[in-house]
Amino acid sequence: MLKAGVLDPQGDAVQHALGTLGFDGVVQVRQGKVIDLELADMEEAAAKGAVTDMCEKLLANTVIESYTVEILP
Amino acid sequence: MKVAVVVFPGSNCDRDMAVALRAAGFEVAMVWHKEARLPERIDLVAIPGGFSFGDYLRCGAIAAKSPICQSVIAHAQRGGFVLGVCNGFQVLTETGLLPGALIRNSHLKFLCKDVDLKVQSTASSFTSGYQQGQVISLPIAHHDGNYRLDAEGVKRLQDQDRIAFTYQTNPNGSASDIAGVLSENKRILGLMPHPERAVEPAHGGIDGQAMFQGCINQLASA
Repeated sequence: MLKAGVLDPQGDAVQHALGTLGFDGVVQVRQGKVIDLELADMEEAAAKGAVTDMCEKLLANTVIESYTVEILP
Repeated sequence: MKVAVVVFPGSNCDRDMAVALRAAGFEVAMVWHKEARLPERIDLVAIPGGFSFGDYLRCGAIAAKSPICQSVIAHAQRGGFVLGVCNGFQVLTETGLLPGALIRNSHLKFLCKDVDLKVQSTASSFTSGYQQGQVISLPIAHHDGNYRLDAEGVKRLQDQDRIAFTYQTNPNGSASDIAGVLSENKRILGLMPHPERAVEPAHGGIDGQAMFQGCINQLASA
């Protein structure tokens, strides 16, 4: 996700389009992306550590983006 | 003076860049992204425009992690000169060699036109061939040229005379109209406009020539 305060032109366009379709009360739209990773078997803590490292090094640009890691069984 | 032009899958301004650099007198080596090292005795590295790796993930993100980029980072950290144009600018922000990030244009359109730029700093080799405050015209061609940097970061750039160019009319929503930024040592320049597309009268303008000429003149005298 883009960090709070970082301009999101695409989110703004989506918000505008929702308004055009008659969806009232959409105060803000922020657009992000979901990246699904399938990992080899490992402990949950190790998986979380590895994916966090991936986010820091490549998957997210931490200058403008924040990220959350969710481990699903 | 020897320059390496880095080529990624999807680069499309690499040969234009080479032509512009050769015209200014540089000896040009094209370097494929899988090379682990730059050629010997490189004075300047140029990262050209295009759509490296299809702009997948984020513009420039995959290129910034390529083998050659680790060598470019080492070159920069040794005080070497680096020029990044358009996608090359995006690559440089993704490596962290330049501050900020480039996101989707504020009006979401791909922009392809000539823009007027003001030369804000002549304190670099790249901008030494221009006059402070000079207005020049260069083409832009990008979808993600909206430069994002927080107010504190912009102030730091201003205080350190690191804003190289600003747009006269902001086309893409960039913070403080910024079109090009310099590293703290002024040896790395990243900019969205294309100087290499304005070096011959047939291009419709020659305002890009002074960048390559100024650069080689300063490097030769250093």
